[in-house]
Amino acid sequence: MAELMETVKWDKLWLASQETLYMTAISVLVTFILGVILGLLLFLTGKGSLWENKAVNVVIAAFVNIFRSIPFIILIVLLIPFTKLLVGSMLGANAALPALIIGAAPFYARMVEIALREIDKGVIEAAQSMGASHGQIIFKVLIPESLPALISGLTVTAISLVSFTAMAGVIGAGGLGHFAYLEGFQRNRPFVTLVATVAILILVFIIQLIGDYFTNKTDKR
Amino acid sequence: MERVKNQLISVKNVIKTYASRKGEVNAVNDVNLEIKEGEIFGVIGYSGAGKSTLIRMLNGLEIPTNGSIVVAGREVSRIKGRELRKARQEISMIFQHFNLLWSRTVVDNIAFPLEIAGVPRQEREKRVKELIALVGLSGREDAYPSQLSGGQKQRVGIARALANNPKVLLCDEATSALDPQTTDSILELLVDINKRLGLTIVLITHEMHVIRKICHRVAVMESGRIVETGPVLHVFKNPQEQITRRFVQQVTEPEETKETIEHLLSRYPRGKVIQLTFVGEGAEQPLITDLIRQFSLTVNILQGKISQTQNGSYGTLFVHLDGEEAEVERAVQFISSQEVGVEVISNG
Repeated sequence: MAELMETVKWDKLWLASQETLYMTAISVLVTFILGVILGLLLFLTGKGSLWENKAVNVVIAAFVNIFRSIPFIILIVLLIPFTKLLVGSMLGANAALPALIIGAAPFYARMVEIALREIDKGVIEAAQSMGASHGQIIFKVLIPESLPALISGLTVTAISLVSFTAMAGVIGAGGLGHFAYLEGFQRNRPFVTLVATVAILILVFIIQLIGDYFTNKTDKR
Repeated sequence: MERVKNQLISVKNVIKTYASRKGEVNAVNDVNLEIKEGEIFGVIGYSGAGKSTLIRMLNGLEIPTNGSIVVAGREVSRIKGRELRKARQEISMIFQHFNLLWSRTVVDNIAFPLEIAGVPRQEREKRVKELIALVGLSGREDAYPSQLSGGQKQRVGIARALANNPKVLLCDEATSALDPQTTDSILELLVDINKRLGLTIVLITHEMHVIRKICHRVAVMESGRIVETGPVLHVFKNPQEQITRRFVQQVTEPEETKETIEHLLSRYPRGKVIQLTFVGEGAEQPLITDLIRQFSLTVNILQGKISQTQNGSYGTLFVHLDGEEAEVERAVQFISSQEVGVEVISNG
């Protein structure tokens, strides 16, 4: 066992964990913002809603569906020119961010839309009957009333993002995926791969715990 | 009470048409209404009669296809955007399913319309305190809607509706989801608010009980049209349409009346069973005493009920008169001469 432990380069593992954490954190943050905006647009332009607009709704829905359907590993490759233009390189954690965000935001947008649809129409109507503007309805009714679902959806998305970062790692973004592939698989050290897996699992469990905590805390139903 | 009241709501030739698969449907068909300031006005009808569409047009949640609606000097059916939002702060609404924000406490739910109106925080807090006392929710300030009973939720709804000192309160089946006892307490609260604040209330319902208990005037709606309208007591006394009679029966006659009467008719083959209808002052006269004193009859009270309305009491009484035929006839004559309606149900 001690021999096995020695095969793990702990400083590199720590560095890789930090990279994964960094990629996950930034992409979750941006995905949240973009996803909420896209989800709100999908909901608000939908049938019978405040900004009912079939054309806009169809365009956004098509965009969301297309990017949600492309397998992530292909999306990274497809986005290489775009990423190079934006980040200037294909290596490092920053280079993974555009693909991570474009892969996850549409997925989250759908969850946001579903969460918003769950809101009782009567509550929106009540706000309207009080003379609320559309902005007030969005920030005082739609978002607060769907918050638990928004958070639990974000938790699911964040966990997929962790697995996306591992895939991105294989093609040079760094992080735990990269570590497992390079230090574990390429050097034929299964124990190292196992250690990297455990690190990822711990991260996923922590995300789930935090997500559940805030979902329950905000849910007053 | 009797000062000249201003017209507050005026609905003129309003039509609302919906496109449906089977063609166009007139949800509201040529409706005219005038509602005065300080009045409690009820619209009664079965579901699908168009009353819900009608009340939702009063605050612009629905736009009429044709006709005009003026509330508190603003033509609600025409204004849009900021002007409509401003108008809505003066025309508040309470709902059958309360429609509270579950993410907010009682205090924050009541503060919600004040936030919308841009009232500063300190003033908001003061106003919310007053409203909580007004609707009787002291002690429940920090509860969430999920922790409240139906009646308490509707009290929050009412407090929220009153927050911006509206001129009109619209009640969309506000008591239909509540049990009878809670319904009565909410209705009492509405009457209290109407008296204390002089607030005009327009309510829609399918329960005559609600109309009887709090309304001054009533309109009866059937398939998009208003078929009958007038002061509540007047409509009770003298219902013109079949549908109105059915609604009036809801409150004046206990459900089992028909069966009971039939049973009694077979039990008392002699004499006459008559139905007496008392309205206003008439309901408070000692008619039965007079009958027994003046005629040599046996008077048997079979069943009776007196209901209070906002403009007086209304009652029905079924009695069995037994005695000489001529004497019974004279007694009926005597009753007719009083301010009491008589209907002979059977000739023994």
